[in-house]
Amino acid sequence: MDARADSALAVQAEGVRKSFGKTEALRGVDLSVPRGMVYGLLGPNGAGKSTVVRILATLIRADAGTALVDGVDVARNPATVRSRIGLAGQYAAVDEYLTGRENLEMFGRLSGLRKADARARATELLERFDLTDAADRPSKGYSGGMRRRLDLAASLAARPPILFLDEPTTGLDPRSRLTMWSVIQDLVDDGTTVLLTTQYLEEADRLAQRIAVIDRGVVIAEGTPAELKARVGGEGLEVAVVEPGDLERARTIVSRVASDEVFVDPERRRVRAAVADGPRALADVAGQIAAEGIPTEDVGLHRPTLDEVFLALTGRPAEDDDGAAAMDEGSG
Amino acid sequence: MTAARALRDSGIIVWRQLVQLPRIPEVLIFSLIQPVMFVLLFRYVFGGAIATPGESYVNYLMPGIFAQTVAFGAVASGIGLAEDLRRGIIDRFRSLPMARSAVLVGRTVSDLVRNAVVVGVMYAVGLAVGFRPEGSIGAQLVAFGLLLLTSFAFSWIGVVIALSMKTVEAVQSAGFIWLFPLTFASSAFVPTDSMPGWLQAFADNQPFTIVVNAARALFLAQPVGNYVWLTIVWMVGIIAVMIPLATRQYRRRSG
Repeated sequence: MDARADSALAVQAEGVRKSFGKTEALRGVDLSVPRGMVYGLLGPNGAGKSTVVRILATLIRADAGTALVDGVDVARNPATVRSRIGLAGQYAAVDEYLTGRENLEMFGRLSGLRKADARARATELLERFDLTDAADRPSKGYSGGMRRRLDLAASLAARPPILFLDEPTTGLDPRSRLTMWSVIQDLVDDGTTVLLTTQYLEEADRLAQRIAVIDRGVVIAEGTPAELKARVGGEGLEVAVVEPGDLERARTIVSRVASDEVFVDPERRRVRAAVADGPRALADVAGQIAAEGIPTEDVGLHRPTLDEVFLALTGRPAEDDDGAAAMDEGSG
Repeated sequence: MTAARALRDSGIIVWRQLVQLPRIPEVLIFSLIQPVMFVLLFRYVFGGAIATPGESYVNYLMPGIFAQTVAFGAVASGIGLAEDLRRGIIDRFRSLPMARSAVLVGRTVSDLVRNAVVVGVMYAVGLAVGFRPEGSIGAQLVAFGLLLLTSFAFSWIGVVIALSMKTVEAVQSAGFIWLFPLTFASSAFVPTDSMPGWLQAFADNQPFTIVVNAARALFLAQPVGNYVWLTIVWMVGIIAVMIPLATRQYRRRSG
């Protein structure tokens, strides 16, 4: 029943199940997170992402299955696991009546640092997260982005090798989100392994080297972003014409390079098809369109987005959380 | 986890709570307004109609007020913990390699400090409205100690209530409901012999009356009987039951 520890993996989970009352939040989750990368756990609200993180962070116990973090069993040695992880998330769990510096010193000391070390580390983190100016103000007055950065800094006090980030940018404005992204990227460049949950496809695409798509308590797909996109069927070629009357001629041209059916979208005056060799097909089509003198708005290659991946995998869009929202036990 | 680590971590949490205290003045102010209102109500509105043979009513009243003040402190302990649970900071604590007992011990110990301040202020308020304790300094300090022991025990009850409830509002309601019968069906405000027999039987033997009687005897230089020992036994008993209960709930609580 014991998973053999693989030292190349930061997180290894097998058959993890968890129910809350009659609701099955996790129905057998398997996960292998290699070290030194951002690993994305992608899914809509209520898919079970937070539950996975809470089990790995020793906050709750799985009903069945095994999970190893840094090679340590979370159920048998939770205290050891806690000394190797950091946890930060959408609820920005810092003390709002303490200043940024006081928060970092407190969490540093509670992570086991000595007083002087905790103090030095706090100063270092404040600088790194661009919080020095606000360091001695109570965090209650911080903006959402600052609070989230402080929350992330607090999880790094003891330099944990593995970091769990539960929806780190949910609710942030676009600029703060970009800042968070670059901060997370820096962490991985320093050798930290990050397991990140998100419901934003763009975020997973941008940050994660590998992604597990989770839906209704199970992992339904796993791979690199490129692999996942390939599953929807390679590249597409798209032509947008100016005159609706040119649609038929465009369709004929595209059909010569198409590897599958050609779709015509009269409303948006577009013709689209999957192609085997994108660049070559693009050159052919562009040449013929120019030769026939068809005015176009756009001729281009179109790579599938993770939105389309999700739609293809689950039969419904990712942002649609109907029916699944009730399954989210939240994380208070 | 060593005992030294548990002590150190609890100390850090006590520090956290005490640093917060002056930054949330409303907590301290509201924990003072309520007992001051009770003093004014009972001293000047009801007091004239309550007979306390051999003792002025204000002398009779104040030890009861002190005891009620520390008992009501349990609600503040519960609400504080419930707020921490709601904000998710407890989740962060639980993800750290810190002593598991530290969050609860830190809270109850820091609430003890707050209650000590509040009782001190109430003592001064009492003097201002005519409270004239005749007990020796030593006896009064013992009374003070018993009140703080009571404060600590009641804080743990508040913590258990907070860990059993899902929302801050529920903690607030549940925190007060049991305190009203306990503090009013007691010797705190009126002598129990004015109550019907069945109620008197309860009032005379419940722990809150015992604390009040012990404190009153010590403050007013009256014979203490067994009340001091009984208070210690009751409060230590409550603490001995509540700490394991609270610790178990804390471990299980998923936030």
